[in-house]
This record gives sequence, C-alpha cells and structure tokens, in this order.
Amino acid sequence: MFPAKFAYAAPSSLQEALDLLEDPDAKILAGGHSLLPLMKLRLAQPKLLVDLGRIPGLSYVRSENGSLAIGAMTTYREIQLSDEVHQRAPVLAEAAHEVGDPQVRAKGTLAGALAHADPAGDLPAVALALGGTVRAVGKGGERDIDLDGFFVDMLTTSLQEREIIREVRLKAQAAGTGAAYLKFDQPASHYALTGVCAVVTLAAGGTIGAARIGVTGVGPKAYRPTAVEQALQGKPADEETIRTAVQSVAEGIDVQGDIHAGPEYRAHLARVFTRRAVLLAAQRAKG
Amino acid sequence: MAQTVTREPALHSVSVTVNGTRYNREVEARQLLVYFVREQLGLTGTHVGCDTSQCGACTILVDGVAVKSCTILAVQADGADIKTIEAYAEPNGKLHPIQQAFWEEHGLQCGFCTPGMVIAIDQLLRDNANPSEAEVRRGLDGNLCRCTGYQNIVKSALSAGRKLRGEEPFEKPDAAAAH
Repeated sequence: MFPAKFAYAAPSSLQEALDLLEDPDAKILAGGHSLLPLMKLRLAQPKLLVDLGRIPGLSYVRSENGSLAIGAMTTYREIQLSDEVHQRAPVLAEAAHEVGDPQVRAKGTLAGALAHADPAGDLPAVALALGGTVRAVGKGGERDIDLDGFFVDMLTTSLQEREIIREVRLKAQAAGTGAAYLKFDQPASHYALTGVCAVVTLAAGGTIGAARIGVTGVGPKAYRPTAVEQALQGKPADEETIRTAVQSVAEGIDVQGDIHAGPEYRAHLARVFTRRAVLLAAQRAKG
Repeated sequence: MAQTVTREPALHSVSVTVNGTRYNREVEARQLLVYFVREQLGLTGTHVGCDTSQCGACTILVDGVAVKSCTILAVQADGADIKTIEAYAEPNGKLHPIQQAFWEEHGLQCGFCTPGMVIAIDQLLRDNANPSEAEVRRGLDGNLCRCTGYQNIVKSALSAGRKLRGEEPFEKPDAAAAH
C-alpha cells in the first residue's frame, strides 16, 4: 500500500524543524526505513512529515575526547565506511554491517535507530554496550541524555515529544578492550530475533575486568543484563565459565513471543548469543 | 528548501535527473519514488514486489548508491541523479557486463527480481571489486528471488566481477553451447 495523505516539509535548519514539530501530528523523517514501512502499512499515519534530509551539517563522524560524535543523519553505510569508526569503535562498524541489507544501510541512520527504539533493532544493543549519550535539541535548548535509561519501553525512549536528536556520542573502545556484535536474524527482514553486543575489558591477569552487554530482540526494549555483567567480573574468560555466567541473561525480562520465535526459544537464543558474544569479545581483547 | 505547510496535502515540485534526462513533475508528498519512476516517468523496469521493503525488486541508484525506491518518497529525491535498469544496456542494445553474465549463467527465470539484482550487484562490485561467494550472498541480502534458488544469481555476480576485472571476456566463447 501507499501511505495515507500527509503534508511534507523539508526545513533547512534544526530550528525550523523544531518550529514545525509544534504540530502535535508531526513526525520526523530521517532515513525513513522504519517510518515509511509503517506508513505504507498505515500503522502510522502522521499528518505532517518533517524531513531532516535538507539540513546541512548533520552527517559526520568525529573523534572527541575518547568518544565518537556521530551526526543525526549519518547512515549505517557511512558508519561502515568511516575510518574513525573502524579505528575507535570497530564493533560499531561490525554492527552497522549487520543491519538490514545494503540498500537499507544506505538510507537508515544511527540516530533514527535509537529514536525509533525498535525492540529488534541492532544499534540500541550496541549503543548500550559501548555507552554514551544522545544529544537532543528542543525548544528549551540542548541536553545530553545518558544511553543507560534512554530506552524506556517498546518503541519508547526518554526523548520528549518535540525533541530531535542532533548527535549520538558513543564511547570509543579503550585499549585492552574487545567487542563483538552477534545476532540470530530473521532471514528476510534481517531483524534480530536475538542480538547481543559485548564489550569486554580484560584485567592484568587475563580475567574479565569488566563487561558491558547490550541485548536486543528479546524483550520489549534493548537492555543491559547487569546481573550477567556482574557475574562475569573477575572471572576467567573461558567458555564454560562464561556459559555459567550468562544463564540469567533473560531472567526478569518480559521475553517476547511472536510468529518468528516463542519466548522460550528467544530466552535460549539470548543465552547462546550472550555466551558467544562475550567469548568472542574476550578473545578479541587478548589481541 | 522550506515548503509551505498546510493541513491539506499540497502538490510538491520535484526535479530529478533520471538516466541522464531532467524531469520536472508535481507530486503528492506520499508518492513513493518507485511509483514516480514507473507511473510518472514510464520506466517500468523497476518493479514493486512486496509491501515490506524486503524484496529489493525496486532497487535503483540514487546519487550513485543502490536504494529501495519503494521506501523513499519522490519528494525526498528532489534534485537527485537517478539511474534505473533501463540505463544499464547501451543505447545500441549491447548488454552491460552484469546483464551479459546473467544471460550466460542463466541467472534469471521470470526476471521479476532481475533489475534489482543487477543494480545491487553493480553496487556490490563498486564497493568490492573481487567479492567472495559469501560476500556476494551478503551483498544480495536485500534482494529476494522466488524462482532460481539464488545459485545462478550468485554465479552471475561472480562472472560479472570477473568480466569487470578483465579476467573473463565480455562474451564467453562457450556461452551458447553451455546452455
């Protein structure tokens, strides 16, 4: 189907975009590869689309103070092709390559992925595992929102109604850190039935100093399994130890069931992929 | 390029270059680029195959990059340089090397997915001139085929790569005999 009728504006500045967002039925259009499919199925029917695509200066990747600053309209393809990303946070390039397919990656944006918060989207898990902030702009000014706590519920973030993400800042992978993003995907859409990002820092003796893990596809939103992170701390980075430590990854989570996978299978996938991601990240940390 | 916004959907002026020719048209904001190309410009080589942005039969190049035209609004393409499947063969009918490879390797049956496959392969080979079979399959993640089981499409992509790298002649001498 094609979308229901709507009005369309392509502002040339974020300020103009914010003015247009005063309309309560307005929706931001970035890459459009989550929003337009919803509109074609008429699951979303905004009355006004505010296209960020004509605002200059929103596509960039910069290294700043141990973080990667990524502009709101930066696509997955641009992230994959960025030397800065490959050097400072290679797991981000790896995960960007896992999203959808090449055509989708040419249009979809990292900021859009975070704002949309699809429960099966890849980048929320990576953003949580790396850590960082979302820089949002609204009528009242700018604010930095910590990624921990950014994802509130299914398709719901702590962004306010009339806020626009202008930049995403993700912590670069430090020395002695290895990271991996692994997923079990639905073969046609490539959405994650389960996706796990693990960022592992090894301690001097080769044990796990710290682990940050982001899980997507399993619950209503991407989350950090903090009990698993704590269980891994100080442990040797061998497969059996990791297998034991990750058992609780889906506990206390409203594990989703749908036509692709029931909740028991998703919980099982979560355990398998968390084990594999942590192990691979630890191996990469060793060098 | 701010547009006047009212509650009543307005018509928007769109100016695009498609296959080297400039077109100016008025469109509703909700017109998808694939329907613009097919219905407003009469270029029906680009196909609509699904409703879910999965099949890739609508793949075209916008500003040199392969995208799914069913998931882009025509208004978003204002000012863009577009290439569709119609521009791959030469005006005298000589096939593009990727198309020649599809012919030789029997890479199509009904042909519905083929324009999208050709353009996705064009993108793949420009990004990676010498892909492995696994990389070809990953590069075609966004293109579904109901007929072939993909084997000969992959062979076509690998053959196209060899042709474009000069490792194989444009027309394989045994092509007619092999099939």
